[in-house]
Amino acid sequence: MQHSVSIKDLSLNFGNVKVLEHLNLDIAQGEFIVLLGPSGCGKSTLLNCIAGLLDVSDGQIFIGGKNVTWLEPKDRGIGMVFQSYALYPQMTVERNLSFGLRVAGMPKDEIARRVARAAEILQIQPLLNRKPANLSGGQRQRVAIGRALVRDVDVFLFDEPLSNLDAKLRSDLRVEIKRLHQRLKNTMIYVTHDQIEALTLADRIAIMKNGVIQQLADPHTIYNKPTNLYVAGFIGSPSMNFIAGTVDGTTFTAADGTKIPVGAYDFAAAPAGSLKAVLGVRPEHIFLGEDADDVPYRTTAEIEIVEPMGSETLAWTKVAGIPVTFRCSSDIPLNVGDKVTIGFDIARGSLFNAETENRL
Amino acid sequence: MADTAVPLEAGAETAHRPGLLKRILFHNLPAKIAALPMMATVLVVFVGCTIWTVYYSFTNSKLLPTGKFVGFDQYERLFQTSRWNVSVTNLVAYGAMSLVFTLVIGFILAVLIDQKIRFESAFRTIMLYPFALSFIVTGLVWQWIMNPTLGLQGTLRNLGWSNFSFDWIANPRMVLFAMLIAGLWHGTGFCMVLMLAGLRGVDEEVWKAARVDGIPTWRTYVSIVIPMMRGVLITAIVILGSGIVRLYDLVVALTNGGPGISSEVPAKYVFNYMFSGGNIGQGLAAATMMLLTVLIIMVPWAYLEFGGKGKRT
Ligand SMILES: Nc1ncnc2c1ncn2[C@@H]1O[C@H](COP(=O)(O)OP(=O)(O)O)[C@@H](O)[C@H]1O
Ligand SMILES: [Mg+2]
Repeated sequence: MQHSVSIKDLSLNFGNVKVLEHLNLDIAQGEFIVLLGPSGCGKSTLLNCIAGLLDVSDGQIFIGGKNVTWLEPKDRGIGMVFQSYALYPQMTVERNLSFGLRVAGMPKDEIARRVARAAEILQIQPLLNRKPANLSGGQRQRVAIGRALVRDVDVFLFDEPLSNLDAKLRSDLRVEIKRLHQRLKNTMIYVTHDQIEALTLADRIAIMKNGVIQQLADPHTIYNKPTNLYVAGFIGSPSMNFIAGTVDGTTFTAADGTKIPVGAYDFAAAPAGSLKAVLGVRPEHIFLGEDADDVPYRTTAEIEIVEPMGSETLAWTKVAGIPVTFRCSSDIPLNVGDKVTIGFDIARGSLFNAETENRL
Repeated sequence: MADTAVPLEAGAETAHRPGLLKRILFHNLPAKIAALPMMATVLVVFVGCTIWTVYYSFTNSKLLPTGKFVGFDQYERLFQTSRWNVSVTNLVAYGAMSLVFTLVIGFILAVLIDQKIRFESAFRTIMLYPFALSFIVTGLVWQWIMNPTLGLQGTLRNLGWSNFSFDWIANPRMVLFAMLIAGLWHGTGFCMVLMLAGLRGVDEEVWKAARVDGIPTWRTYVSIVIPMMRGVLITAIVILGSGIVRLYDLVVALTNGGPGISSEVPAKYVFNYMFSGGNIGQGLAAATMMLLTVLIIMVPWAYLEFGGKGKRT
């Protein structure tokens, strides 16, 4: 099958600084890919390379099967939406949408048709005669999406489009982007540092660190089978609990000598002999009281902090001398100092090689 | 907090409604006291002196402002004086050319420097230097350069290029262009720095969006960037315009109005009549005409710029 966007061996340097090195990424037609990573990891740089706003140092980029590595952005069949909206402030919304088409010399009725369609999809018809200064942040970002829409392209690029909005608007517009994708079925490449956006929107997430894609997989796999310690720690809030120790056959021994049976864990490749390892368990995979009856490892722990969050409660305790958080239903009364039985659902946990930091 | 503050405020207002004048006077009293010196300065220096100027322009005052009221006599005489009429024409011609060229050249230089060139700050400093010099120095320097016998023309002729000719400063038809050269040399650097600040204020993502939209660079400047620089442009026009209206020292140092009266300007006319011509009434009439011209341009503009604001937003 032909890929919609295909990046081969891409490298990009700013002077001596290597931001991207030999990066490969294939994106299927109609796929929603999220590039997720902390600030400064090279997400925007990668997106700008795809858009043609940066000249690559090495490698090739294909869009729709065509080598576009040295084409101008306008000839690549892409539309782009920016964090700061980047609207043309002295033009009305209608003109913002149509300006690129006018400059390209498109017939007037075709322009009108496209603008009307974009305005209908994004529900910005009432705003068409306003200037960007008289719009709210959410409306501005809609207009910016509209400007990409009228270009009638196959690939949409988003660079942190929701980061300048407040929390409420952000979740509204997030849903709208998802709806837009379901309606248009375009390929979308979406950059964010917000894992909720990534998990909710993506067909596949590419987690980046220092210009390298750590893991490229669907949100479920990313969340449940993180490929290395970095991904495991980055995804999930509150983050995964980590206990350092050694693994030998089916027994994990924590640093303080606590033994945890890990026979239920699905090893990719069972380690030969004893190996320094890190056991990772998500807060929701730690069970409380009777729920813990069936799991392979149980212990008694003292509650240190209780954080009620409405729908659920987050509790802090110590296992093997290491602080551990777990989630439980908010119906269960928990008090600081309570001694409770908790159990680890090892089958859903993760084990990492302590040296290579890769999943075992 | 806010919930309780609103009804309190409303209550205070109804209670004090009868003493509206008192409220206007005493509301925020310390701020008003602090603003008093400023208000006094404005009233005495600006308004007071303006009224004084206009009043004595209707008298036949000679050496001292003591003359008696003569109606529009001074103005009639003013517009019959060819020196005044030449001054006004010169100012309009010089002003229009200087404004346009300074803005255009300043903008082009700023665009060139904005291309991430090396030694940018060095260039900026060099270009800004002329603005740090007074017009007197600028005028004198260019007077030497353009002096037919001592300057460029003389030098090149001495070097053997005997039919080289650059005598604008001594040529009544070209002397305005000589002034223009000196004026541009003085002002473009400053204009460039202002424009550069404006260009730097344009979000980089707007440029990226325009590239994705396929808008050519020149078109992006014309249709997107320049409209975004409106504030900077107005600042530049106001500063340059006020410099043009009170143009005096450059002329004195460069040509002293010559040859003949071919490079006279209104401010020089005012100064000459008031302080060396011993005809205060005539000088003040000329000054009043300058003020009137500025007002005729400024008032409609200020009305459009600030007056309509309440309706627009
Ligand atoms: N124009 C530039 N010149 C030099 N370094 C840059 C430039 N743009 C970005 N960088 C560097 O490249 C790295 C990646 O930046 P970026 O792609 O913007 O990160 P992000 O993932 O936050 O979008 C950062 O370390 C940044 O400092
Ligand atoms: Mg970024």
